[in-house]
Amino acid sequence: MTSVSDAVVLPSAEPSLLRRPRATTGFWSWFTTVDHKKIGILYGATALLFLCLGGIEALLIRTQLAQPDGTVLTAAQYNIAFTMHGTTMVFLMGMPLAVAFGNYLVPLQIGARDVAFPRINMLGYWIFLFGGIFIYSSIFLGGAPNGGWFGYTPLTSSPISAGVLPGRGADFWAVGIVMLGIGSVTSALNFIVTILNCRAPGMTLMRMPIFTWMMLVTAFLTLFAMPPVTAALTMVFFDRNFGTTFFDAVKGADPLLYQHLFWLFGHPEVYILILPGMGIVSEVLPVFSRKPIFGYQVVVFSGIAIGFLGWGVWAHHMFATGLGPAALTAFGLSTMLIAIPTGVKIFNWLGTVWGGSVRFSAAMLFCLGFIAQFTIGGLSGVLHAVVPSDTQQTDTYFVIAHFHYVLFGGLLFAMVGGIFYWFPKMTGRLMDEKLGKWTFWTMVLGFNLTFFPMHIVGLEGMPRRTYRYGSGLGWDVPNMIETVGAYVLSIAVLLFVVNLIVSFRRGQPSGDDPWDARTLEWTTPNPVPEYNFAEVPVVASRDEAWHRKYTEDAEGHLVRLPRGGADSGTAVATEPVSGKGAPPAEQGGGGGGGHGIHMPSPSYYPMILGAGILAFAYAAIYHSLLLCTVGAIVVLFAVYAWMLEPGTEPA
Amino acid sequence: MTDRESPRRRRVPGVARPALLAASVLLLSACAGENNQNTFNPAGPSAHKINNLFLPIAIAATVVCVGVVVATFVVAWRFRHHPGNENPRQLHGSTALEIGWTVVPALILAIIAVPTVSTIWTLAKEPTGDVLNVTVTGKQWWWQYEYDREKVVTANELVIPAGRPVRLELKSDNVVHSFWVPELAGKQDVIPGRNQKLVIEADEPGLYKGQCAEYCGLAHADMRLRVRAVSEADFRTWIRDQQQGPSQPYKGEIAELTGKRFECVNCHVFDDSSKAVYGPNLTHLRSRETFAGATEELNRENLIGWLLDAPSRVPMQAKRCRVGLAPDTDCVGMPSFTQHTPEGKPVMTRAEAETIADWLLEER
Repeated sequence: MTSVSDAVVLPSAEPSLLRRPRATTGFWSWFTTVDHKKIGILYGATALLFLCLGGIEALLIRTQLAQPDGTVLTAAQYNIAFTMHGTTMVFLMGMPLAVAFGNYLVPLQIGARDVAFPRINMLGYWIFLFGGIFIYSSIFLGGAPNGGWFGYTPLTSSPISAGVLPGRGADFWAVGIVMLGIGSVTSALNFIVTILNCRAPGMTLMRMPIFTWMMLVTAFLTLFAMPPVTAALTMVFFDRNFGTTFFDAVKGADPLLYQHLFWLFGHPEVYILILPGMGIVSEVLPVFSRKPIFGYQVVVFSGIAIGFLGWGVWAHHMFATGLGPAALTAFGLSTMLIAIPTGVKIFNWLGTVWGGSVRFSAAMLFCLGFIAQFTIGGLSGVLHAVVPSDTQQTDTYFVIAHFHYVLFGGLLFAMVGGIFYWFPKMTGRLMDEKLGKWTFWTMVLGFNLTFFPMHIVGLEGMPRRTYRYGSGLGWDVPNMIETVGAYVLSIAVLLFVVNLIVSFRRGQPSGDDPWDARTLEWTTPNPVPEYNFAEVPVVASRDEAWHRKYTEDAEGHLVRLPRGGADSGTAVATEPVSGKGAPPAEQGGGGGGGHGIHMPSPSYYPMILGAGILAFAYAAIYHSLLLCTVGAIVVLFAVYAWMLEPGTEPA
Repeated sequence: MTDRESPRRRRVPGVARPALLAASVLLLSACAGENNQNTFNPAGPSAHKINNLFLPIAIAATVVCVGVVVATFVVAWRFRHHPGNENPRQLHGSTALEIGWTVVPALILAIIAVPTVSTIWTLAKEPTGDVLNVTVTGKQWWWQYEYDREKVVTANELVIPAGRPVRLELKSDNVVHSFWVPELAGKQDVIPGRNQKLVIEADEPGLYKGQCAEYCGLAHADMRLRVRAVSEADFRTWIRDQQQGPSQPYKGEIAELTGKRFECVNCHVFDDSSKAVYGPNLTHLRSRETFAGATEELNRENLIGWLLDAPSRVPMQAKRCRVGLAPDTDCVGMPSFTQHTPEGKPVMTRAEAETIADWLLEER
């Protein structure tokens, strides 16, 4: 129960098919690592790269729309730009960035030494990376995706020969997302098993940090949301390539079925994206207010409620499709319902800050920005629940404003705040606070300049996904403002990236616990050793790290405990037995640096298996039996060798 | 605490920034040009009902929103760190407060839900009285209108009698579109295999713009439309004119050019306003103000340019390959006539384009 490693110390006589990789440091170790922290950083770095790509696409879109009848892009290029922007930001930036945080933090927050399935964890990363490369490779291989990130049928499902959507873009898109879905499901399963089975003694569910709670809810949502979209996209691919008629109205099929399947994934997806952000905010606010989260149980349960209700609202993306008044009523009401737990969270966050001792660090500013901007996005969401008014707003710029307030003003602000907050844990250095505050205010300005006018221009009748618009409709000025805002926003992102690089190289050393934080990850030394905790911590309370430092007097005011702690009943596991600053990276897989801790050893097979799946993906595009055979051989080899390979190689 | 606040307030303008911006954008856009594709200017019963529902809720949402946003920054600023408050009282929650901020939003939402639901059912009602029935077909990338009883087929510009409900039956034979005229009604998606219904009505004669609101491929942005509401008498005149065929028979040089030479007749019809074919019915083209998915103003120069090289004006996925009136595969939209096809189909000269354009625009 305490950690994966204790269970699987097998004296392996079985020879591996490939010589086991040994390196746990250096460049090549990143290809074979199974350390959740390194994998987390891989996810994060890759997601930030895709953020930049998606951002460039957004800038192209905004440059095209700066003026009426823009000529920067052709219609075909514009359609690719918005399709790739959406696909990138949802599948290649938003989800992986959440998984990055989850990977790095969940084991640390629950007192585990790694995730439950370290190699599957790495497999998830490779599939994500290869899936991203696969989708982007379409640009050089006969047409990038151009059917929208939602890919409505029959536009996307018409046979290639019908010429409705020229090029193989929609094929790359469908296969790529199915592939990314495999990666998402592996990481979701891993989170669920890790959180349910690998908690340290005393870490009951209701003592878990809220971020970990939200990752658990997110993982369940991912697990159940990926199948419908996988089914839908498989049908799209078959319709395009193999003459099936799943969505062909002429043959009696109903193209609307696709929309149901897609949004049955697509709406939970929204919560898959936002719940980790809410988790981050729920971690950061208490630390910088020096108060516990207000109403822990309510914050947790409202997160779970959002997760459940998220399954009953998908048709609010379809209010203009002619569902009939009964269905419209049902989905309108269920959508309103989801505003209640969301509102509860916002009020509880304000309750957390209320009466605190607030330090305006960059991390805190971004999380306060989250609350403000997410509120705007949440309330414009309520206007969508008002079905008749949604029939005016849907598919206009009003909707773009709404979900960017939720996903950019919300999710991305929380993620950036989270990076400022956890950067010291990941690197042992602080990010530059002054530059961070500049980043925050530039981003607030750029963000609101870009997206606030979209509310208005949408209500003034400007539809989405249009590569040009005529002048004389009153849209010219707001569109110009939006474009200026987009450039301001890109300056903010640039400042952030510069901060990341500079702080990584020359940032001020942070010490183990620079923020006087509350959760277990801050009890580990910096840099965090491969095994996280030399001794598995015994948890006595919620906010365990905090209660090792502080207690409350009779009036509830904080009182600092003398060093060494009054709660000496719980093992103080911050320091390895051999003393602080034990070598972080042990030579030889499974070496515990004299602690007798056997960590899972690095492995080639996740990467090889991922490459086999990539070969399958290209085989699907080119209908190539050869590639398919290659893929099958690689996959079979990787799976077979993986099975023979012991989790931990004796040192 | 307040005395400490006042001298150091420089961050507060940052809070006000979005609000100021919003106000200025609203003002600017209100002044700019005449917009008749604007949900803020409802001009028909459906649009009024939606707007009357939307406005109060939007105002309430704005009030709540401003309240929460301001509260966020005020609370954070009021409880900012200062010497003496490092060890604040540890509040773990308050059941009463939490029940309160669960129940109050629930009540507000319940209040919103009542008019929402009633409006949903009102808008779903079938129109009564003297209803005009029009079948609307979403094409790539233009709109076809068939006046069912009147047996008139036209394109992109829908002419309706003001003050009379118009029941639209919406169809598509290709991909999903969405019919949207913001000032008259909310949008209705047009989905292949489903016959959808939308009731529109204009209070007053006037021009109401709209466009396709569901991404439908390459030239989605250019799939625009207009509704021209006219008086009942003008409408009857218009219908009578549309029902009349051309006085000149379709033959001679023109029939040669648009028939055998450039095969326009594969997609269009010139002498029978009751026929719905693959492309727009051009019998009464000259009665329209625009063409090409309502993106081009109808005049001689535009029409000549269009005839010669339509894809340079609106992106198309067309080639000259059709035989007969059935839509061919891998061919969407109007082709260019500036090049020979591999099968040796001829190039259109400017003189030929002028002849066709003049003929299309003359009184016939």
